[in-house]
Amino acid sequence: MKKISTIDDLKKAGEKGLKSLFPDGVKIVVGMATSGIASGADKVYTALDEEIKKRKLSYILAKTGSMGMDFIEPLVDVIEKDKPRLSYGKMTPAKVPQLIDQIIKGNVDKIRPLYRIDEEDVIITGEVKHYLVGALPEYLKDVPKISELPFYKKQVKIVTRNCGIIDPENIEEYIARGGYFALQKALRTMSSDAIIEDVIKSGLRGRGGGGFPAGKKWQSCRNAPGDIKYVICNGDEGDPGAYMDRSVMEGDPHSVIEGMIIGAYAIGAQEGFIYVRNEYPLAVANLTKAIEEARSLGLLGKNIFGANFNFDIKISKGAGAFVCGESTALMASLEGKAGEPRAKYIHTVEHGLWDRPSNLNNVETWVNVPVIITRGGKWFSEIGVPHSTGTKVFSLVGKINNIGLVEVPMGIPLKDIIYDIGGGIPGGKAFKAVQTGGPSGGAIPAAMMNLPVDFDSLWEAGSMMGSGGMIVMDEKTCMVDLARYFIEFLVSESCGKCIPCREGVRRMNDILHDICAGKGKEGDVELLELMAKGIKDGSLCALGGSAPNPVLSTIKYFRQEYDAHIQKKCCPAGVCRALIRYEINAKKCTGCGVCAKKCPTECISGEKKKAHKINQKKCIKCGVCMESCKFEAITVE
Amino acid sequence: MKKAATMIEAKTKEIIKKHGGDKSSLIAVLQDIQEQYNYLPKDALATVNEEMEIPASRIYEVATFYNTFSLNPRGKYLIEVCAGTACHVQGASRLMDKLQRDLEIECGETTKDNMFSLEEVRCLGCCSLAPVVRIGGDIHPYLTQDKIPKILGNYRKQG
Repeated sequence: MKKISTIDDLKKAGEKGLKSLFPDGVKIVVGMATSGIASGADKVYTALDEEIKKRKLSYILAKTGSMGMDFIEPLVDVIEKDKPRLSYGKMTPAKVPQLIDQIIKGNVDKIRPLYRIDEEDVIITGEVKHYLVGALPEYLKDVPKISELPFYKKQVKIVTRNCGIIDPENIEEYIARGGYFALQKALRTMSSDAIIEDVIKSGLRGRGGGGFPAGKKWQSCRNAPGDIKYVICNGDEGDPGAYMDRSVMEGDPHSVIEGMIIGAYAIGAQEGFIYVRNEYPLAVANLTKAIEEARSLGLLGKNIFGANFNFDIKISKGAGAFVCGESTALMASLEGKAGEPRAKYIHTVEHGLWDRPSNLNNVETWVNVPVIITRGGKWFSEIGVPHSTGTKVFSLVGKINNIGLVEVPMGIPLKDIIYDIGGGIPGGKAFKAVQTGGPSGGAIPAAMMNLPVDFDSLWEAGSMMGSGGMIVMDEKTCMVDLARYFIEFLVSESCGKCIPCREGVRRMNDILHDICAGKGKEGDVELLELMAKGIKDGSLCALGGSAPNPVLSTIKYFRQEYDAHIQKKCCPAGVCRALIRYEINAKKCTGCGVCAKKCPTECISGEKKKAHKINQKKCIKCGVCMESCKFEAITVE
Repeated sequence: MKKAATMIEAKTKEIIKKHGGDKSSLIAVLQDIQEQYNYLPKDALATVNEEMEIPASRIYEVATFYNTFSLNPRGKYLIEVCAGTACHVQGASRLMDKLQRDLEIECGETTKDNMFSLEEVRCLGCCSLAPVVRIGGDIHPYLTQDKIPKILGNYRKQG
């Protein structure tokens, strides 16, 4: 491909990309992000490929990232000229021949599409691109529009603007959706100060968890003395239960790269690093390809867009350490050392990587930048609420019907996310709490459902935004066990540098283990609270400083569960194994014997076709019996 | 034995060269060695020590700090039980118990036949498919204790 150095080059590449996004013939697109592949998208892709070849059709088969609707993956989209884009969920290789039949015949009789996309908003340019031209074909009248789906209605897609739409390996498709135009605008028409001013005006706050104003950080780094500066993208998404950064890096890698180039130009950096978790091989692969392609087109390298500006990006793979999500630890890791954080009174914007001024932002923060540049800081600042502008991507997981990635304007009430978008709790169970902010955050109880979801409100509620994990819990989740889980996580992830975190968190873990094992004592809760204060005050970095949050928030909102464990030696949610018992309901038991066969300790006995019994002395409470019973005859006491 | 050591040394030198030999590439070098051998052989670390002029103590620090690295040989298939929050609330710890029982090893150990190593991983980012276990790079979604014997059997059959 020809190098891109002018706006005309960019437009030409964009035209090619448009033809690829809106082809003349038939195009089938498979969602091949990690979640898609894990649900079998690769098998569906292969089946489609074989079927197309077998029937000698001239269909185009392509890959895309994730639309965020993980609960209906594998997702296959069919695009035909002038017709709405149709999305089929839960596809299997077996359904492929039928799907092809339908495309040929022009109906949707056997496999129903979940929704149709008539047109698409291109958020970067504000344009609308139409799939549907002319009247809607009669056979598609009953297929709902994507905008009518409850899952989508309240979402605003800025960060995930291209995920699930473009082929992440096709830079022309990215350009067709307004990609790299912000870079051209920034480099050719804006001064560094003007860019920074716009980012400040946008109100964009760091999406990695802390929520520090991005523009201010850029300004400090720009003003820091030194000729060599670095920009760093934090893709070490370590919060268990959060995967929005992975999805963006996999599905739209160029948006990360473009944001970083703009930032580097504004700050005066020549080199950039993307630090990606080792657990995300597909993100590494797609980013690597995207960087190579951008480099070959002259979008990375020397004199980008003919400007007197050189910049390139390297990828560094993490090696599995949660603490490396902390900025100073991440920089230590980039230097090839163990990732231990250091005191923050020396600012990384002045003395960061190799002691040089370094500006680190999270993936999501960088991805917002191109949109701010094209649409303006003011436009961005009007989305969300005054002190938390723009959108936030959440991974809505746990005990919720519509599991997936959702992007909502800041300040949306929690209940809108859980019920309208998330579709509520499965199995008619009661919603109990939602955990945000990962191990550094806290649990927000059902009673606070009207809480607006923004940086400050979450902080006041005793949790935090974090990187955006939102784990929904129902009545069957034990909050003491959850606190124990997070503390145990932090025990193994504490780098060990400072004592309050290394030893204090470990002692909290011991106490929580005892409570869950039925060995809790009066005064344990008070002791936990006291230790929490010491750990918070005495730790160097945010990992230790926020480590007690899950314990404190669960004590604050679910004290009665702690009391039940300690005083009554019972686990109300039926989770803590030392405090529960499995029983067989004689009325429901059919005596089929499946559980007895599966039981690893052979503690279930009984005559055929008669109610069975569990020998409590031998039972190890593995729960296999309950899992295998088809008659719901086994209960937890 | 001697021949194996020389081969490891040659391969390690090649890896170091690929990354430019700079001290800051230590983690990347160790990752490649780990990928090549499934663990960090002592001979490879000795070569890193000499070639990159990094003290053995610092190599050991880095090798033991990060979860990816293993100083002991791992089995053919690495079983990683996801311990992310979503997997935890969906009962991942029971899967770990089941695997420990069936493989007759503890978490962090390798089976006698060198077939499986069992480890816990901090969130694979497949929260929508919870609980998940990754075996030899393949993700097994919505896993139950019930399905485990058959899955392990399939890997054993593949050899």
